[in-house]
Amino acid sequence: MALDQATVAKIAHLARIKLPEEAVPGMQQELSSILTWVEQLETVDTDGVEPMTSVAHQGLRRRDDSVADGGYPERVLANAPDSQAGFYAVPKVVE
Amino acid sequence: MTALTDLTLAEARTGLARGDFTAVELTEAHLAAIEKARTLNAFISETPDRAMAMARAADARRAAGDTRPLDGLPVAVKDLFCTEGVRTTAGSHILDGFVPTYESAVTANLWRDGAVLLGKANLDEFAMGSSNTTSYFGPVTNPWRRRDAPEADLVPGGSSGGSAAAVAGRLALAATGTDTGGSIRQPASFCGIVGFKPTYGRCSRWGIVAFASSLDQAGPMTRTVRDAAIMLGSMAGFDPKDSTSVDRPVPAYEAALTGDIRGLRIGVPKEYRVDGMPAAIDALWRQGIDWLKQAGAEIVDVSLPNTHHALPTYYIVAPAEASSNLARYDGVRYGLRVPGKNLVEMYENTRAEGFGREVQRRVMIGTYVLSAGYYDAYYLKAQKVRSLIARDFTHAFETVDAVLTPTAPSTAFGLQDKQDDPIAMYLNDVFTVPASLAGLPGVSVPAGLGDDGLPLGLQLIGRPFDEETVLRVADVLETAADFTARP
Repeated sequence: MALDQATVAKIAHLARIKLPEEAVPGMQQELSSILTWVEQLETVDTDGVEPMTSVAHQGLRRRDDSVADGGYPERVLANAPDSQAGFYAVPKVVE
Repeated sequence: MTALTDLTLAEARTGLARGDFTAVELTEAHLAAIEKARTLNAFISETPDRAMAMARAADARRAAGDTRPLDGLPVAVKDLFCTEGVRTTAGSHILDGFVPTYESAVTANLWRDGAVLLGKANLDEFAMGSSNTTSYFGPVTNPWRRRDAPEADLVPGGSSGGSAAAVAGRLALAATGTDTGGSIRQPASFCGIVGFKPTYGRCSRWGIVAFASSLDQAGPMTRTVRDAAIMLGSMAGFDPKDSTSVDRPVPAYEAALTGDIRGLRIGVPKEYRVDGMPAAIDALWRQGIDWLKQAGAEIVDVSLPNTHHALPTYYIVAPAEASSNLARYDGVRYGLRVPGKNLVEMYENTRAEGFGREVQRRVMIGTYVLSAGYYDAYYLKAQKVRSLIARDFTHAFETVDAVLTPTAPSTAFGLQDKQDDPIAMYLNDVFTVPASLAGLPGVSVPAGLGDDGLPLGLQLIGRPFDEETVLRVADVLETAADFTARP
């Protein structure tokens, strides 16, 4: 499917990737060609076929509902670009 | 005496046990080789101090009579595995300065067994690529050269390109790789080494930077099949921290290398004979069939009718999962942060600057195919076709024990080739993606040279958790091929 420029800009925003206006046409062309290529799957008959969500033939294991790990906030925050008083710090969200 | 860097993992293990050399000497030889081969750009981070400390500890254990399966054997680790206290980049700008405070399960298993970390190997950004040209840290050069154009730099394949180049270039005895759609097997083919992707669930994914979680699987890259068996024995194992890790005992993989494949049934799928495949690859495939036949295997024609749907299926499923996994890179918890006027703008600026073009493309494709109104047409459809592809293999394995195919549709190409057309690059994975979608074990074994003098691999695919049969047949194939060419 050929995407229009507005759709490309919308996808970029949904993906939280800033796409400068001059970069939209190039990305539009690349994404359109990839989507057109994958659309060959439309011709495959999948009536009555269950979607495959995992190759692991097992249900999710359960563990005891108890604390098994943690208690080291300094390690959790060690790589944060900005942290204050034991929290991640981000630009102001609420005025 | 053979140079220490030319030994196989098994030979080095024997030499250490006999006292022919120490782990310190073995490690020093590899560190010196790495220093001399920096132009390959195989490593993003070298860890000589840590390597020497680990080697000294291995020698001390041996002296004390406490020896472990990989004691003192120097290896490279793809820079997608988190290593505690050692910068981990995933080949991306967005993880700038990230030093994990924990160790991936697979690498923890290697250190438990005594292996020595030489450094973190280069890779395509977030393992997205088939040529190692998408790395933020620059491309890796294949140690091999074309016969007719020895001056041209070639790609090592990808995404585990640094791992493959390091092993082929005698910079490490072995390396870890990860394979999502062929990222272990295709570079192994391009670099003339063995690359083994185990069954999905065999090695823990915990602590490996996630790309496409239903496909990602770690595995060994080595110079022989025996070495792959040795590495896999240490890498594999149940891990409660990975919800898809399988709780099964790890077999003694080396014991599977009996050299006897008499009576085994080997499938040859006609759908892997694709248009435009170089004659040398087709000839090598036929040669491989003959080798296995001569070793006493029975060759059976099989059909995997949905093979040609595998690539488009993969290029919906993998980007969809990637777009979800990569949502975590937002400039808040780790890595790069590029300021913005508000929180959303900070996210957008960070991800625009931090992700390379191929990663941005895949995240956007993934976002689109998962978005309201398109989910059924793309993502759900691809999941259904994935079922058909897996079913093809299930049917085939009712009559055969393993499947033999080429690994890749070409030899290594030039560093500048295929950069303008993403789909041309995606076609590299045409033979490796089907087994990935079905979660099956697969190996690439170096089997011959193309007309250009570059290595070509043959791929064996096996039943789920039957790594042993795959290794056994691969060992016989390796012996028959007697691949002694070197870069």
